[in-house]
Amino acid sequence: MNELRELYQEVILDHGRNPRNFRRIEDADGEAKGDNPLCGDRVHVFVKLDGAGGLGDVAFQGRGCAISTASASMMTELLKGRSEAEARRLFDVFHAVCTDEAFDPLDVPEEFEDEADRLQVMAGVRQFPMRVKCATLPWHTFAAALDGKATATTE
Amino acid sequence: MSPDSTPTLRPNYDVLAIRRDFPILAREVFGKPLVYLDTGASAQKPRQVIRAMTEVMEETYSNVHRGVHFLSQACTDQFEAARETVARFINAPEADEIVWTRGATEALNLVAATWGRANVGPGDRIVISTLEHHSNIVPWQLLRDETGAELAVIPVDDAGEVDLDAYAGLLADGRAKLVSVTHVSNSIGTVLPIREMARMAHDKGALFMVDGCQAAPHMAVDVQALGVDFYCFSGHKTYGPTGIGALWGRKALLDAMPPYQGGGEMIAHVTFEKSTFKAAPHKFEAGTPAIVEAVGLGAALDYIEAVGRDAILAHETDVAEYARERLAAVPGVRIVGHARERGAIVSFTMDQAHPHDIGTIIDRAGVAVRAGHHCAFPVMERFDVGATARASFGLYNMKSEVDRLVEALDEVAEIFGR
Ligand SMILES: Cc1ncc(COP(=O)(O)O)c(C=O)c1O
Repeated sequence: MNELRELYQEVILDHGRNPRNFRRIEDADGEAKGDNPLCGDRVHVFVKLDGAGGLGDVAFQGRGCAISTASASMMTELLKGRSEAEARRLFDVFHAVCTDEAFDPLDVPEEFEDEADRLQVMAGVRQFPMRVKCATLPWHTFAAALDGKATATTE
Repeated sequence: MSPDSTPTLRPNYDVLAIRRDFPILAREVFGKPLVYLDTGASAQKPRQVIRAMTEVMEETYSNVHRGVHFLSQACTDQFEAARETVARFINAPEADEIVWTRGATEALNLVAATWGRANVGPGDRIVISTLEHHSNIVPWQLLRDETGAELAVIPVDDAGEVDLDAYAGLLADGRAKLVSVTHVSNSIGTVLPIREMARMAHDKGALFMVDGCQAAPHMAVDVQALGVDFYCFSGHKTYGPTGIGALWGRKALLDAMPPYQGGGEMIAHVTFEKSTFKAAPHKFEAGTPAIVEAVGLGAALDYIEAVGRDAILAHETDVAEYARERLAAVPGVRIVGHARERGAIVSFTMDQAHPHDIGTIIDRAGVAVRAGHHCAFPVMERFDVGATARASFGLYNMKSEVDRLVEALDEVAEIFGR
């Protein structure tokens, strides 16, 4: 039961119910669609650059479970205003939080220290291997959007 | 029926005795007794099947149709006896009309690749329904793309029943060459009126194929009474092993069809200039077959018949209808699919939580359901749901397990709010 409560923390439930930046960006510089063929979850991520090498706006649409919706929602908040390189490093940290048992989610690299709390929220999925892809799909899709790829998949 | 396959007998459907035949049902998951409600994806195995497979490997195993030695003959006899069991199970006129496949998916692909390539051309039409599993969609799309034929889909109404008027419309111009539909929908439980649909197809000159995956384990199937031309099912959904399934086809059709794959086992004679093929069913069975699995499937079908198919249907209907009733009373639950004729499958959504989250939460209470699209994207689209949670029942499920499911949903409401 504790593992369930750890997975479905209030923050996740809140972002799942009221996703932030849940909209299209009409003049996006990059966008990609991600899907998880296993469960049919879909996410569409939009990225707008700020002209100075940073991410001016990140938004998403789609339908999925609480985990993937919350992950996408929190991702958009974490990414806004960062440089592309920072964003990719943040993805690496997030991935470690979700999958690496040896990684202490509170021990994030210094540059992301302020985000430690928000990152560790997802650490609960480690106990649910079938759900890791739900958490990482939005990030993979974001990376695809940056790379100019149209689609991402968890497979 | 061999004495080994006889389930411990019981008056009035002794479900507890049946459960004792399935070793896995005694296990716990996360410290709770397992409630297995995912038989639609794959059924658990009774010890009669496990024992039959072990016995072959311990006592009679050898390659089939090849050796002159004792074991080869003994094993071939068992292998062919299993084919006869399949024929009897679906009331096929002859065992030679039963082709071993890896499962329903391969059976559907086999018919598309052999009968389809030989008989379908530009302008012809293949008809399927909205309710199909992807394995009864994609092979026909491949055939369509290869031949220039058209693939048409029978719509379903809000209850999840096929629209027979629309179906008649798709047959009317006589261009339909084959209708291939599921007997029972794996995603929402609709039982299709196969006999009537087959008659309608034949009246317009089309052949009729049935994907029997979700029917064979649950109800009596008589291919002659149904009046169909091809029927297939998967062993692992009928309490047998994975890697084996069966395709039945009318003899004249099988005889006229070109082979499927080439190799050993299916040839009569080979020179570098030309090979000649064995008669059906062997011409469709290239390579060493799934021998142990075929024997296991035979044991599984014997087991089902010993329990009694009418008794199974009555029991499962009772449990599934109870589940519908109890689930419908849970706040926020919406059941998808309300066909009048329905199998032991209940698909539902919950306003508060996505099916995936439902699946994860109730798993921790020991309750196994499937959450997702059930390999039936078009059904999900038709009912405008991304996914559903699906409880599917087998001959070993009990109403008390439905109660456990409903209790576990309480925990979902607890976490997600009511
Ligand atoms: C209706 C139906 N058809 C076909 C299949 C495919 O069966 P298999 O994967 O055993 O080939 C399934 C299995 O989920 C099914 O439920």
